[in-house]
Amino acid sequence: MRQAELLIIGGGPAGLCAAISAAKSGAKVLIIERNKYLGGQLVKQTHMFFGSEKQYASTRGIDITEILLNELDKYKENVEILADTTVVGMYEDGIITALYKEDDFFKISAKAVVVATGAFEKSLAFPNNDLPGIYGAGAVQTLMNVHGVKPGNKVLMVGAGNIGLIVSYQLMQAGVEVVAILDAASKIGGYLVHASKIRRMGVPILTSYTVKEAIGKDFIEKAVICQVDDKFQPIEGTEKEFDVDVMCISVGLTPLNELLAMRGCQMKYVPQLSGFVPLRNENYETTIENIFAAGDTTGVEEASAAMVEGYLAGLCAAAKIGYKTDDFDERKNDFVKQLDALRSGPVGKHILSGIEQIVV
Amino acid sequence: MFEKTGIPSKEMVMGKFPSIERINKGPVAVIECYKEIPCNPCETACKFDAINIGEDINTIPAVTSDNCTGCAICLTKCPGLAIMIVDGSKSETTVLIKIPYEFLPLPKVGDTVMGLDREGRHITDVKIVGVLNPKSFDRTPIVTVEAGRKYLYDLRNIKVEAK
Repeated sequence: MRQAELLIIGGGPAGLCAAISAAKSGAKVLIIERNKYLGGQLVKQTHMFFGSEKQYASTRGIDITEILLNELDKYKENVEILADTTVVGMYEDGIITALYKEDDFFKISAKAVVVATGAFEKSLAFPNNDLPGIYGAGAVQTLMNVHGVKPGNKVLMVGAGNIGLIVSYQLMQAGVEVVAILDAASKIGGYLVHASKIRRMGVPILTSYTVKEAIGKDFIEKAVICQVDDKFQPIEGTEKEFDVDVMCISVGLTPLNELLAMRGCQMKYVPQLSGFVPLRNENYETTIENIFAAGDTTGVEEASAAMVEGYLAGLCAAAKIGYKTDDFDERKNDFVKQLDALRSGPVGKHILSGIEQIVV
Repeated sequence: MFEKTGIPSKEMVMGKFPSIERINKGPVAVIECYKEIPCNPCETACKFDAINIGEDINTIPAVTSDNCTGCAICLTKCPGLAIMIVDGSKSETTVLIKIPYEFLPLPKVGDTVMGLDREGRHITDVKIVGVLNPKSFDRTPIVTVEAGRKYLYDLRNIKVEAK
């Protein structure tokens, strides 16, 4: 069995920041990351971040990974990284199981754990939604921005949240035509600056529309959409057709919470946080002692918030296992203030109304 | 409608422009940030105290046009690409408009390209009079276009046809 002081599950924005914070406090950190590389979703985010200077605003996500890895490197004597490794179980007796590549199975025991597993894309039910050419928007972003592969030539984007809007823009940057962006909601969900930026390139944004069906034999050739009423019911006779070879589904994310649930952490369904999330205290410790959680797995938000949550959870987890530094209060207050600032606007109010339900 | 379409109304747009007298004096920033989001890099980037957001980073930026030099640093720092610089001091018949443009091919000085409005409609042709893409702009090039004066409040984008 492998021993770890502080195990961090997930090397995305929240996990990396948790690792930096904890390693800076002096804790020995083990990061386990499922992918071959660290950075999580940052590695495909070619757009500039919102927020303020402390959350790397105006810096592109792809460059934030580099900044975080350089920061982590300052404490390298305290950091061990296991990439290409998936944590597959967290058991009641504290044993954690992991799989390196495909067949190297091993067990870990840790004094404390920060679960920073992120979120996954939701799907949408409609006839023929399994035709090739119908992707999650995140998958398309990975294909384009990580692997340099164009997904097709004409895209219909389903979902006008930030991911749908951003991926549409990046598709156009890659020379792909976006025929329209639709959303069942009556208002655009993403930041309106993103929406305006795409609209002024001539792409229509169709609110109160949903997908009726996809048509095609071996792959998608046509998409049929229709208007919905205020109860999200299709309105007959409002159909529109688009000849497309790609449809991107971007209807939101939901927290990737299986490990926390398996471990026995108390979970609660909170719509404002986009799914089942763990109950936690203000230090991001769940209802099971020494199991912390941070980032999208505690509620879907922008990556800026995930990073600050990671810093805070890493700081508190390290303190809990004996690495409470003299400047603990100062650092903690700084992170709390940053989160308050990020959440003080209209979008943040919605998130806060969810967080109120899970902080115990 | 804005929240349904992403197209700001004429009134919303006009509310962001300084007076024509100010525009005729020289370059000045127009920040088309209409909705509160947690973001303040424009304020951080401005060295002339011309952009104010304050303690609450969700506040919509306020431009003090008298302090603005039109330096355009904020253009490249705005994650929403919501800022442009307008300058009516060079000619009585045309205006210069600086916009961020993150697409390839980049236009070249002297090119004539399509000028688009906030809905992406081709409203006029514009002449490219400047293209800046230094490392400090971090892959957000700034293109300066010269457009007829009557398009001052409508022109917001360009389209460059690949050759």
